Amino acid sequence: MSEHGADAGSVHGAHVGTVKPLEDPHLKVAHNGPYRLPGDESLHKQLEKTWAPAKDRFRWFKQVDHKILGKRFIITAFIWFGLGGILAALMRMQLSRPENTFLSPDQYNQIFTMHGVTMMFLFAVPVMEAVAIYFIPLMIGSRALAFPRLTAFSYYMFLFGGILLYVSFFLNMAPDTGWFTYFPLASPEYAPGKRVDVWGQLVNFTEISAIAVAIEVIVTVLKQRTPGMSINRMPLYVWAMLITSFMIVFAMPAVMLASNYLALDRLVGTHFFNPAEGGDPLLWQHLFWFFGHPEVYIIFIPALGMVSSIVTTFCRRQVFGYTAMVLSQVATGFIGFGLWVHHMFATGLPQSGQSFFTAASMMIAIPSGIQIFCWIATIWMGKPVFKPPLMFVLGFIAIFVLGGLTGVMLASIPIDLQVHDTFFVVAHFHYVLIGGAVFPLLGALYYWFPKLTGRLMNDRAGHVSFWLLFIGFNLTFFPMHKLGLIGMPRRVYTYHPETAWGQLNLLASIGAAVLAAGVITYIVNALVCAKHGAVAGADPWNGGTLEWGTSSPPPHHNFTNMPVVSGHEPLWHAPEHAPVVTGLASQQKEVLITRAFDAEPDHRYLYPTPTPWPFFTAVATGAIFVGCLFTPWAFALGLPFASAMAIAWFWPTTPKKEGEVPEDDGSESSPPREEALA
Amino acid sequence: MKRIPLVALLLCLFFVACEREERRFREMPAAAGRRNTERLTSLVPGPYTADIKVDNPYGYNAYAISEGKRLFTWYNCQGCHGNGGGGMGPPLMDARWRYGADPEQIFATIVEGRPNGMPSFRGKIPEYQVWQLVAYVQSLSGNVPKDAAGGRQDNMQVRKQEQALPDLEPEREAAPQQ
Amino acid sequence: MTTAGRGIQSALEPAGMQAEKIADLWQFFLVVCTVVYVLVIIFLLAALFRRRPEIVPKAVSPRVRKAVIAATGLTVITLFALLTASIFTSRGIADVPDRAIQIAVMGRQWWWQVEYDDRDKSKRVTTANEITIPVGVPVTLHLRSSDVIHSFWVPNLHGKRDLIPGKNATTLTIRADRPGVYRGQCAEFCGYQHANMALWVTALPMAEYAKWLEDARKPSKIPSTAEERKGQDVFMNSPCPLCHTIQGTPANGKTGPDLTHFASRRSIAAGSYPNNRGYLGGWILDAQHLKPGAYMPSIMLEQGELQPLIAYLESLR
Repeated sequence: MSEHGADAGSVHGAHVGTVKPLEDPHLKVAHNGPYRLPGDESLHKQLEKTWAPAKDRFRWFKQVDHKILGKRFIITAFIWFGLGGILAALMRMQLSRPENTFLSPDQYNQIFTMHGVTMMFLFAVPVMEAVAIYFIPLMIGSRALAFPRLTAFSYYMFLFGGILLYVSFFLNMAPDTGWFTYFPLASPEYAPGKRVDVWGQLVNFTEISAIAVAIEVIVTVLKQRTPGMSINRMPLYVWAMLITSFMIVFAMPAVMLASNYLALDRLVGTHFFNPAEGGDPLLWQHLFWFFGHPEVYIIFIPALGMVSSIVTTFCRRQVFGYTAMVLSQVATGFIGFGLWVHHMFATGLPQSGQSFFTAASMMIAIPSGIQIFCWIATIWMGKPVFKPPLMFVLGFIAIFVLGGLTGVMLASIPIDLQVHDTFFVVAHFHYVLIGGAVFPLLGALYYWFPKLTGRLMNDRAGHVSFWLLFIGFNLTFFPMHKLGLIGMPRRVYTYHPETAWGQLNLLASIGAAVLAAGVITYIVNALVCAKHGAVAGADPWNGGTLEWGTSSPPPHHNFTNMPVVSGHEPLWHAPEHAPVVTGLASQQKEVLITRAFDAEPDHRYLYPTPTPWPFFTAVATGAIFVGCLFTPWAFALGLPFASAMAIAWFWPTTPKKEGEVPEDDGSESSPPREEALA
Repeated sequence: MKRIPLVALLLCLFFVACEREERRFREMPAAAGRRNTERLTSLVPGPYTADIKVDNPYGYNAYAISEGKRLFTWYNCQGCHGNGGGGMGPPLMDARWRYGADPEQIFATIVEGRPNGMPSFRGKIPEYQVWQLVAYVQSLSGNVPKDAAGGRQDNMQVRKQEQALPDLEPEREAAPQQ
Repeated sequence: MTTAGRGIQSALEPAGMQAEKIADLWQFFLVVCTVVYVLVIIFLLAALFRRRPEIVPKAVSPRVRKAVIAATGLTVITLFALLTASIFTSRGIADVPDRAIQIAVMGRQWWWQVEYDDRDKSKRVTTANEITIPVGVPVTLHLRSSDVIHSFWVPNLHGKRDLIPGKNATTLTIRADRPGVYRGQCAEFCGYQHANMALWVTALPMAEYAKWLEDARKPSKIPSTAEERKGQDVFMNSPCPLCHTIQGTPANGKTGPDLTHFASRRSIAAGSYPNNRGYLGGWILDAQHLKPGAYMPSIMLEQGELQPLIAYLESLR
């Protein structure tokens, strides 16, 4: 392990990426970086016992450890990603030739709707939240994520929502009016059956899940940072997740409202979107896009944080312009709420009002641009190591900047009037979403893979998968810019030979095959290396943030000794024997709560234990939503039942009785407290 | 072993939901050719004779009921029957079916016409569309499953949505009225 | 249908005033954005591959700081330039001159109903899926929808405008600057056959346009041969009149396209297929095969009825 001490200014040797076994195989103590103390081994054992997850037969339904739940979330989100990708492959097969009959119009409508719904509601936001659930407590030096039972509940809601959607797909009742379900196409008269109702309920599931996780992240980040990590010393990834979570809390209610109005219109006969009775189809568009635009920034901003983490480690230098980076992310979050009408430029709204949104949509390029410039500056001043995570970041810059520039084009109303609802827009948003979110995500998963699994992914396969993805992506989506300009609209199940779109479509479909190969290579690399990859130590990349200061994968209590932090990149600047927090009990699950801005210790919090009640509550709530597909009575009848489950969940339990004094195990923590704090 | 009830449940769903969500654009239902006109008397020889019943192939299909609703307007059934409440023609939302409430009887009413003013639409409305109209007419008195019946319309509300109309058991008459 | 595939539905080959202005703006944006992109990539590559000392200094180089600030400043200025260009173009294309020809377009699933208005009722023209306009004269399209949201888009002439049901009628003013035939397509997802909801705009020199309008105002041609007369009988006895109108005959249906001058149209099924006997026969007998989900039903005809019917329809110039 290279010295972290006096040489803090120099390049940290050539140790990035070397495989390191655990320091002392005999001790099996959690590696704590510079935060080691004598007596760690027994403390570690005690903490393992205290923080042990449920181990009985029904443990899957009871877990509350954020790492277990985070991993589950990531895996489930990637399953939906794979299914969404298969749907995309089907679409590309249908569109590869003019007048193709591979899919009927009805099938195609369901498939493209499912693709959009899967990627936007079931993959993009949840996977970012999943990574946050796993890594935020580690990065801020906390033992756990706030509200763990709520995390479990949101996982089950997310899972059930996806199951509802895919079961409905196999029952020929998948939503078929687009992921944005415009009215009146999605109204009861033009969308018979229960297909669109499934969309409405799916949104309920996923948005409850997202809002719950957002609340947990906000509380954790504000109140559980380790002492010394004042708000201006937080890693940029943590800032990104904080801002994203605030955006979720403000944006998701709009779509929940919209989807419930949709359910009311379809089920109960209200007229929110019925112009003849005083409603307005444009109301739907405003509500939906008020959510829909921030949604894409909710997907994008966590990726910015991931890029900062990767660039820091793989250029071996802290990111240039910390304050500018933070303020840029905040600005993106704010301005992101003021752009939504740019999805509605063709609807005939007043010109002067629309121009405001043009200006705002262009203005949001400024903070994004600042971030790109800061990263390039960081690379300039650092020493890049060309490992796959950095390759994914470079791919991100190349692809996202192009997508951002087409976004500036789309912000201009005259240009948008030509290319709105054409394949130009499809190209744009895939550039910003795949380039701007999926590439950083894949890089981040590669980077954090050792922490998640204890093993390293294979570098050669990583490079191969990167190049397949990069080349395949560009082959697929770059021709779509041209296709949109020469007249091909979106959401068409076929086109005629006279339009001369066949060649570009075929090229795009071939590119999709290459892209699929890249995805498969990456996933196979991940799955194989999870079991058989090279063993990684605690810190294979020589990273600077706190998650690298504990073993890979981390013990259930995250850190044996809670670190005290005195600057950015704590592991790079920590002295030989860095200060640690003492005073947390080790015989019961205690988490340190600190003050929001300067992270001074505030009080200790007794952490909840594993329990199956969140699962039951999710089942009951899920049953309400599934019942609401068919009758509004489901809400009235199901609510008492779900409430009963929730009451059981929140039923207060008495903590350890007074007088029970556990044995002194010689650890440095203070004697156990005699009463638990609320 | 534990999965069998789950699989069975999913299979049940398969049979329940699949029909409702089918979109058949080109079907000529086999039942189109078989009709059974209303008996004008209740006396029959022998102890018992069963009527030949033909099921409406679209009875549970949400798309067909929605198409029937559209055709009800486009073929101007509203001109005489209003929006189900009747006008020159009898109401279709009530329990009284002069010429029979069974699907094949409604089919015959539309295709062959009836005394007292119902025109014959034979050759004017393609047969599969007649079955769609039959399904819609049945939905007006609640005689289709509620989850397949339509929701509110996208125009002015002319009556309750079909999902909310009461289920009215048809009163069957032995002989037609004057 | 024209045989030339290129350019008939392309925003890059403007044939109208508005599309021309938009194409110019597009060129400007393309150049600026390409330059920006190339610069970013150059700096990225330079940052990656530049020669750097073995031990890089920890402190931030003031040159780098200045470069980042300068880049930010340049970004702001560039965006302002783009914004200004965009607003000027917006103004340029939004102009609605007083004496424009008024045409009402009603979007329906999945075809376009086109009505040329006139104070004199007998001079009104109703047609479907094809709009004929004079060259050089502004035309204001009044866009309404009878069911779901559609979007009118003829890229050679202008950007798109949505057709929204309810009180949300919209307008779009176009002006063709060259004679020609331009294809358009619905650009807002509207159901099963959104892909097959196309239209043709024909721009004619003024004199030819006047002749066209005069012909369009006439009622339908009376059938001249025995086969055509038989075809007219078949038409009137089939379900056809329940949905279609042919001016000058008893056929008076309002839910389908007006067929008065059907044979003068270049396509059937809203721009999907060429208007010739083969496709027409297939459309009548089995529309659901050509355009599954469309509201045109498959019509059962007796032996010997189809050919006369086609002959009659093809006589309706």
